[in-house]
Amino acid sequence: MAKAVTKIVGQKSMRNKLSWLLALLVFSSAAHADLDVTISGGETAATPIAIVPFAGLAANEVDMAKVIDADLGRTGQFRTLARGSLPEQPSDPAGVHFPSWRAVSMDNLVLGQLKRDPATGSVQVRFYLIDTVRGAQLMAFDMPAVAPTQLRYLSHQIADLIYQKLTGIPGAFTTKIAYVAASGLGSARRFELVVADADGDSPRAVAVSREPLMSPSWSPDRKQLAYVGFERGRSAIYIHTLATGQVRKLISEKGINGSPDWSPDGRSMAVTLSFETNPDIYIIDVATGSRRRITDQYGIDTEASWSPDGQTLVFTSDRGGQPQIYQVPAAGGDAKRVTFVGKQNLRASYSPDGKSLVVVNYDDARYRIALLDLASGAMKIISDGPLDESPSYAPNGMVVIYATQGRQGAELATSSIDGRVRQRMRQPGDVREPAWSPQNR
Amino acid sequence: MFKKSFIALVTVLAMAGCASKGAHNAQDTIPTPVDGSSSSSAIGGNGDGAPVQIGDQSYGSDQGVGLFDTSAKTNVIYFALDSSDLDSTGLATVDKFAKYLSANPVTKVRIEGNTDERGTREYNISLGERRANAVLDALRTKGVSANQLSVISYGEERPAAQGHDEAAWAQNRRAVIIRQ
Repeated sequence: MAKAVTKIVGQKSMRNKLSWLLALLVFSSAAHADLDVTISGGETAATPIAIVPFAGLAANEVDMAKVIDADLGRTGQFRTLARGSLPEQPSDPAGVHFPSWRAVSMDNLVLGQLKRDPATGSVQVRFYLIDTVRGAQLMAFDMPAVAPTQLRYLSHQIADLIYQKLTGIPGAFTTKIAYVAASGLGSARRFELVVADADGDSPRAVAVSREPLMSPSWSPDRKQLAYVGFERGRSAIYIHTLATGQVRKLISEKGINGSPDWSPDGRSMAVTLSFETNPDIYIIDVATGSRRRITDQYGIDTEASWSPDGQTLVFTSDRGGQPQIYQVPAAGGDAKRVTFVGKQNLRASYSPDGKSLVVVNYDDARYRIALLDLASGAMKIISDGPLDESPSYAPNGMVVIYATQGRQGAELATSSIDGRVRQRMRQPGDVREPAWSPQNR
Repeated sequence: MFKKSFIALVTVLAMAGCASKGAHNAQDTIPTPVDGSSSSSAIGGNGDGAPVQIGDQSYGSDQGVGLFDTSAKTNVIYFALDSSDLDSTGLATVDKFAKYLSANPVTKVRIEGNTDERGTREYNISLGERRANAVLDALRTKGVSANQLSVISYGEERPAAQGHDEAAWAQNRRAVIIRQ
């Protein structure tokens, strides 16, 4: 019932266009979200990999190869092969005819098979990663036995293992995203805080409100979400424990209580408060509620975000006239402007390695997602706009998720950090403010 | 029926009990909306998404009814792009409210600041507060007591018009004066 649209921009061969279209049609039939993938530019950096359907799956079970294929494709680092173009469908290395794979320029091949335990009903999955150029087996894994309902998660785990083997970087396919979905109009308007798999699948509402919900921020251990809510003319920052559904009000001062961002050590939260004068950055001790004021500046200071080492905050300020990004020591001190390209820059957050910022850049009447290299000051635009916002890095730093205006309302999109592969995840309602969870530990 | 403060934020997973430890006490309870839903908020929303007032029966006077008419937009002040300055129309609206509030010192109002959808959400919360404060300052200048006034910003979260063009954005860059 889901529909896929493929849009190819730039130079690609007709065969690749067709194979992407087929890959998407195959993939999206199993997904809840509509998908719309845009590939622009060349493919020189993408590693070719073919994922063969796993043998032994029941008809009603998750097509594991499709999930792995989509995970790898979304990063922009891999070029996969549509199922209709697979030269053969072996399930173990002995059945592979290597010249057939070299003929379709697929240097890497993934095979898998399922074994069932009739006594327990559990499933054991074995998979192989094969280098078809050298004819060598790179990986062969027996995954732990799981219930059939766990096969989607297991597919993400396998994608993580393959990704790390071929790139040297941990995968982020078993992580989660949190986002806000608004639906209904007037008195029926509802805001939901949703947690879903990183590919948008299996969404689950964890909080609902008739008032706006905003700015979800994950605790470093992934067990809690902080967010902003409103009740009877007052805003507040709440801390929500996912396992129990328990909610605690962290702060509700007069004026703005906004932009929560959890510190990397989990002990503090950077927030925006306006009760003293105007919007300024504060750091709150999560356990005690005690707070320190970090900025004291005429004008707006908001959208603070921690550096991965916990030493520095970046935030948005209009102290220079237009909103730009500034950096300040988390211990307090002088703020220094870091963005100079673009009429406005807003809502910065650090890449996991601390070397870049992802920001919302405003120029040419468009709000677009951009990456700022902190050492060189170079700015790279990775989305088209015109109303893109709320960027959030994947915990491995290779993909950015953000909110964009689609034809049917606000929706989520991802872009590889080279800006080449973009995917839209269409969900019901207005979907915004994605926050990518930390890595599973 | 829930009466405690936390009802605007019902957790789906939660046990009902753990959500009820709000900071507000019993006199904070407010009338239940006539549609029977369990909102704890004095603000609902009507068909065009603008705030609608619920439960102000104790202050009803004929004079006030015309002033606080959200559907007729008599209580809405509009702003130019990137501006929190009141134009002559806005100042005239402030004038009417200043006279009313000075004559009715028991009446309290909440000024709700709003923005259009451009820019980031939390930055727009700050811009909306700046607009609400501009209205508050203008009312104070005209002699309205500070304890009759409060502000809240909804940023771009409660648009009055849904489009993505200047006509819709102009409708959304606004402050709304709500009687409490």
